[in-house]
Amino acid sequence: MTKMRELTFREAVVEALDIALERDPKVFLLGEDIGYYGGLFQATQGLMQKYGEDRVMDSPISESAILGAGIGSAIVGMHPIVEIMNIDFLPVCMDQLVNQAAKMHYMFGGQMKIPLVIRTTCGAGRGGAAHHAQATHAAFMHFPGIKIVIPGTPHDVKGLLFTAIEDENPVLFIEDKMMYNLKGEVPEGYYTVPFGKAAIRHEGKDITIVATMRMIHKALTVANEMEKEGIGIEVIDPRTLCPLDKETILHSFKKTGKMIIVDEGNRVGNFGSEVASIIAEEAVEYIQAPILKVTAPHVPVPYSPILEKEFYIPNEDGIRKAIHKVMEYA
Amino acid sequence: MKYPKSMLLEMLKKMMEIRYFEEKVVDQYARGAVPGLAHLYIGEEAVAVGACMNLTDEDYITSTHRGHGHCIAKGGDLKPMMAELFGKRTGYCKGKGGSMHIAAFDKGIIGAMGIVGSGGPIAVGAALGIKKQNLDRVVICFFGDGASNEGATHEAMNFASLHKVPVIFVCENNLYGISVAQHRHQAIKDIAIRAAGYAMPGVVVDGMDVLAVYEAVKEAVKRAKSGKGPTLIECKTYRFRGHHEGDPNLGLRYRTKDEIEEWKKRCPILCFKEKLIKEKIAKKKEIDQIEEDVKRRVEEAFVYAMQSPFPKPEQALEDLFA
Repeated sequence: MTKMRELTFREAVVEALDIALERDPKVFLLGEDIGYYGGLFQATQGLMQKYGEDRVMDSPISESAILGAGIGSAIVGMHPIVEIMNIDFLPVCMDQLVNQAAKMHYMFGGQMKIPLVIRTTCGAGRGGAAHHAQATHAAFMHFPGIKIVIPGTPHDVKGLLFTAIEDENPVLFIEDKMMYNLKGEVPEGYYTVPFGKAAIRHEGKDITIVATMRMIHKALTVANEMEKEGIGIEVIDPRTLCPLDKETILHSFKKTGKMIIVDEGNRVGNFGSEVASIIAEEAVEYIQAPILKVTAPHVPVPYSPILEKEFYIPNEDGIRKAIHKVMEYA
Repeated sequence: MKYPKSMLLEMLKKMMEIRYFEEKVVDQYARGAVPGLAHLYIGEEAVAVGACMNLTDEDYITSTHRGHGHCIAKGGDLKPMMAELFGKRTGYCKGKGGSMHIAAFDKGIIGAMGIVGSGGPIAVGAALGIKKQNLDRVVICFFGDGASNEGATHEAMNFASLHKVPVIFVCENNLYGISVAQHRHQAIKDIAIRAAGYAMPGVVVDGMDVLAVYEAVKEAVKRAKSGKGPTLIECKTYRFRGHHEGDPNLGLRYRTKDEIEEWKKRCPILCFKEKLIKEKIAKKKEIDQIEEDVKRRVEEAFVYAMQSPFPKPEQALEDLFA
């Protein structure tokens, strides 16, 4: 029986990377400030001291070189885990990500494998403002050829990271920076959480809420409240956007007929838009109420706490309002 | 000459393979038989051949949108290359890549990238992987004068020099970034001077002289394999065709007929042929024989491509993930 302990999301990441470095000499880390500094969010803390500068490499502030170093070394047999500090910096090296890493396997007819993990962080709430806080995970769904992982618990971040490392394709691994201090049970040692298998975080028969990353926990808070009011909310954590577990989402929706998506991405082209589209295409006859999205508004992340925390980031109030609106159709 | 005859004739043969392969593409493109774009390497053959003559199948290259020459020089088989251009299932990339995206991983051809400047970071990554695994290999990153202005190229050079990874940056300065002449796209004449900014050697060579390229790259390979890091080699060269086969009048909107004719006098194949005959290394008859053989093999590759099946439509869904 695997022993469980409480760890923070951050500690779970550090532990996963530590085990990965220990298990496989081909694994190495490369990124900005991940060595001496231990990562801007301390998610690589102590690893350079333990494994040395060759395996935990501080890089120049050169996002294209970081991604390219990952792609090239993966092709010739290494197993790189590169870090792009904030998801807002990925557009700096967008070509390496979406034109090269994502397309090479396909456009070269499957000749080479690219076992590359790209770790990055997203999420508003620390005053990072327009350039250090967006949640653009859904944008990458538009590019075929990248797997996208959005862990929602300390347990999952560790297990999904091992799955990402085992995968032979480029994997974009997105850590919600506002969850780093979140505590949860994490097994010791090595275990994997599969891609493409959503988790039902709360069962309910009245409304399905698909929520991502930190939003899962806000949805759970509201789901527990609603239980007292007699409204059963099913909260689904997709865990990965590519592959996406459509079956679990559709199965729940066919039961409830009502869908709310809670996601910190901006409103247009949101992950929720894709969920709504899937329902429209594959389960139209089950729709009992408008499909609602609780998202960030369609503006860049603002700086002032009043704007950021109280308006921009989707919150429990927004979820409650959506639930009440949907329940008008019950 | 100090080189073995067999090597010299191999260089000539490879350059001819590129030339006749590309001329076949010219012909077929004009007939409307090539489905996509075709950026041809005619005129620049000495660069790819001189550079790749230093490599084995174990070494790697990254290539560009103008990549047919690099692939042939690195040992790419003419048949699957031609088949790829025609979008056939027997092509190197099963018809998914086309002219600008040929890879032949078993020959160390990591692949041609259609985005200018995108190969640098990947080549450096491959070299980093070589270094980490203690392999006795090098990577050549081919790129053009256009790519020398891309940020990714500079990130790659800095990273390569910092970590002393075994990569050689071979810049094919053909004087034009599509239609924009070098003096209109950068303030320097010699791209090689940019090497100084990254504390690596920068060398200018005559890119029309296969032996000059060979020598410069040989030195760079030695340096890379001994752990001293990268070298930037700028090869001054010229493309005899337009930017691509759709470029009207061989690019006369932005360059002159006289300029093209002047450079054609320095044709790397003609000059090398003359040199071999003049220095009595090979007889004309021997060279003619090689030329006939090359022409025949290009024709065979063309027939192979023509006779090969197209992919099935639903194969468009295959190969997304490993």
